[in-house]
Amino acid sequence: MWELVRTVAGQGPVPWYYGAAAALLSAGVLLGFASAFAGLASFVERRIAARMMSRVGPNRVGPQGLFQFMADGIKLITKEDLFPEGHDPILFRIAPYFVFAGMLGTFVALPFSARLIAADLNVGVLYVVAITSLVVVGIILGGWSSNSKWALFGGLRSAAQIVSYEIPVGMAILCVVLLTGGLSTQSIIAAQGGMPWNWFACHSPFAAMAFVVYLIAALAEGNRTPFDLPEAESELVAGYCTEYSGFRFVVFFFAEWANLWIMSAIATVCFLGGWRIPLVSVAETYAHGYWVALGCLVFAGKTLALVFVVIQVRWTLPRLRLDQMMAVCWKYLIPIAFVAVLGTMTWMVLLPWDSALGKALRGVVFLATLGLLGHLARRTVATYRADAAHYSRMAGQSLWYAPWRLP
Amino acid sequence: MPAELKDLAQLREMALPIAGETMVNMGPQHPSTHGVLNFLLVTDGEVMHRAIPHVGYLHRGMEKLAEEVPYHGYMPFTDRLDYLAAMSANQGYAMAVEKLLGCGVPPRAEWLRLIACELNRIASHLVATGTMAMDLGAFTPFIHWLREREVINDLTEALCGSRLTYHYLRIGGVGYDLPAGFADRTLRWLDHFEPMIDEFDRLISHNEIFVARLANVSPIGAAMAIDYGLVGPNLRASGVDWDLRRDLAYSVYPECQFEVPLGRGYRGVVGDCYDRFVVRVLEIRESCRLLRQAFERLPEGEIQAKVGRKLKLPAGEAYARVEAPRGEMGFYLVSDGGESPYRLKVRTGSFSAMSIIEALSHGLMIADLVALIGSLDVIAPEVDR
Amino acid sequence: MSGPLADRLRAQFPEAVTGPEQKGVPEAVQVAVGALPEVCRFCRDDSELDLQALSCLSGVDYPDRIELVYHLISYRRKHELVLKVRLDRDRPQAPTVAEVWKAANWHERECFDLLGVTFAGHPDLRRLLLPDDWVGYPLRKDYAPPTEYHGMSHHRADPLRPVAPEVHAGGEVPRAR
Repeated sequence: MWELVRTVAGQGPVPWYYGAAAALLSAGVLLGFASAFAGLASFVERRIAARMMSRVGPNRVGPQGLFQFMADGIKLITKEDLFPEGHDPILFRIAPYFVFAGMLGTFVALPFSARLIAADLNVGVLYVVAITSLVVVGIILGGWSSNSKWALFGGLRSAAQIVSYEIPVGMAILCVVLLTGGLSTQSIIAAQGGMPWNWFACHSPFAAMAFVVYLIAALAEGNRTPFDLPEAESELVAGYCTEYSGFRFVVFFFAEWANLWIMSAIATVCFLGGWRIPLVSVAETYAHGYWVALGCLVFAGKTLALVFVVIQVRWTLPRLRLDQMMAVCWKYLIPIAFVAVLGTMTWMVLLPWDSALGKALRGVVFLATLGLLGHLARRTVATYRADAAHYSRMAGQSLWYAPWRLP
Repeated sequence: MPAELKDLAQLREMALPIAGETMVNMGPQHPSTHGVLNFLLVTDGEVMHRAIPHVGYLHRGMEKLAEEVPYHGYMPFTDRLDYLAAMSANQGYAMAVEKLLGCGVPPRAEWLRLIACELNRIASHLVATGTMAMDLGAFTPFIHWLREREVINDLTEALCGSRLTYHYLRIGGVGYDLPAGFADRTLRWLDHFEPMIDEFDRLISHNEIFVARLANVSPIGAAMAIDYGLVGPNLRASGVDWDLRRDLAYSVYPECQFEVPLGRGYRGVVGDCYDRFVVRVLEIRESCRLLRQAFERLPEGEIQAKVGRKLKLPAGEAYARVEAPRGEMGFYLVSDGGESPYRLKVRTGSFSAMSIIEALSHGLMIADLVALIGSLDVIAPEVDR
Repeated sequence: MSGPLADRLRAQFPEAVTGPEQKGVPEAVQVAVGALPEVCRFCRDDSELDLQALSCLSGVDYPDRIELVYHLISYRRKHELVLKVRLDRDRPQAPTVAEVWKAANWHERECFDLLGVTFAGHPDLRRLLLPDDWVGYPLRKDYAPPTEYHGMSHHRADPLRPVAPEVHAGGEVPRAR
């Protein structure tokens, strides 16, 4: 975005209104993108969940049910604006917006492609990690100001969870920062390569460990199962947002679905090479518009793949109890993240990026990861085939019959 | 007022939290209490000090109603005692009346009763294990089980016209004979269903998180289980080898071969929530075995003994026990020679299961309470009748 | 018909236990009220009776008495026994057996709730199934249901027409407690 401002304003000091206009423009674009994604993510999640449950999912509103999220949005916006008895008038109203701001603020530093970034802050990832902490404030406020003990439970659980899991997130990103030598998101991407074995995830076993730690911790940051205790539907109805209705409720869930994109995008940027296209250098990507567009697609593709994984994990696993969740964070993830940081530092020193041994070992890690994924894929295919055989035996035989066809 | 009676004011004082405790109401409407049950939780943060149950939201006066309704007419009421195990409730009541009446049941009817009850047991355990998974956050296995249960519902609809509250059994037999093709379709469904149990196991039963949530949570020892009157899968999961179908056998169960799964501390301690879960999954498999045997050995014949439309039982009393999916259901029937029972008392498994929760609740976390209620398979209509 | 269990019990408590109550299985004996806790403890602890569990505790309202019926079962020995206790209908009181079998705790509460039998020594005797401020004992034969509960009447002139709850002077709608 700053490049655009420079192009318009020319050299020399930039008048304030150019900067303000640029900020508003980028805020608008990002808000639009976040909204669109949040809505579509809610729809896609319901369809994926349904397919996993042998159901169909929403398919009535619009082609293939695509406008379901709009129908939900309209319904929620037109709902009565309820206020629980004894609520705190100011805090109850502003709590959702803290969550919203905390979520939307991270889009600023996300590099959608080579030149497509709202602001290439030189403290990029630090800024991202910091601003997601605003979410905690919003959740605690929402839970407390609802004047409901169940909401309070949800809020406090969530606060403990998010604050705790910021540490593994930070340390995993610290590995990446060490490898890059800087905090800016674009520089992190530039430090990686286009090919998979040049990604940071395959840089060393320790970086791979950091990647896994980041994924797990990001699930917890986003209140997704198996860490969705704060909004455990079976226990607390909706946790900290139980007492909210209408538009404020939408804002909370909007933040959760947009968070899907954020956690996957940060993982992509830090570990999976961001918008780097194989065989195309950074300078070339900056130079040509078509590479920029392709980079955007690459980024979106990688992010959406991770979003799919996150959704699938949600509908497969049960949720952890509070003390188990804390144990996972403090007793497992943080020590592993420590080891990952130290190991990455050692690896960097002993096996620099350009050395032959370094390259060879990166290839080994890449092959090992590929092997693991291949093993998972083989098991999936075997299960699929067994199920297909089982169901094909039943094909054509209806197991049940309409009761009005009783002989 | 005698000293033992506590009035409401005294009780409220007892339950008042001390400083630092919170009193939360896990109210009658809650996604994971099974039915309309209320718990008053006195907690210190997440850890509970006491969980005081309040029941009675679903009290419909079934026992008082029995005194007004003729014997034949009370059968649909027994469906509603436990809507997920309606066939077993029907059977218990029918057995009590038949004991007092002294009438026998034709062999084909006995086998049909067995088929109905075992099919119902599978359906009930599907709900029990599925809701356990759902209460812990895994929604997918529950929906898979509902998909399987749809077939059972359709089969029973073909059998007796109803998907949930069947009124299939009658005094002296059953109400309808099998429709043509029923055996074939049920056996084909069993061929499809038994691998589905394996799939369910792969999906959730061995999942690390699931096991971590359930293993070593609220273990109930055998002595405590017997003392509190737990029955059925809860009792067997605590290690007590007792199954009414084998030990005080009724109907045609003596002629069948089946195992009785016991809790063995599969992943934790004997009698913890995971054992109660595994016992139910294993019982589903055993019921499939029983169904196959029943279809092989089903004899021809009548389906109901001749008992007359207006039934007057001789004076006396009878107590009949059946192994319902939630444990032993006991029907204590007292007759004074009239057209309706003089007194009918129904003893259900969930009643005792509900009473043990308060004793187990100290030191449990709220999330564990949800797991405990699910593992004990408490159903509100059984508790309140 | 007297069986081995009833005989053994009668031998142990000759004054308190009488019977047989009726023909048939399971065996049934009559127990005097005062001796109930000792008899129950003996039933549970004796190695031959070994009646580990209380299956069912019922109260029956006869014209001249209220009878408590205890169905006991032994899992190890696979036999059952029935104890019956006659209580005075005007002041039905019995000692509790909640210390012998904890299952009796809730069964006795239900008996108190629906029949009005008070159990001496019960740790927590209060209503179970009905609301705490209910008046009357429904399972008694002479129970007349109240015509209203907290301002909600049982009778409606026209069942097809919904009834709005009465609003009191303070503008508060009365809530059922």
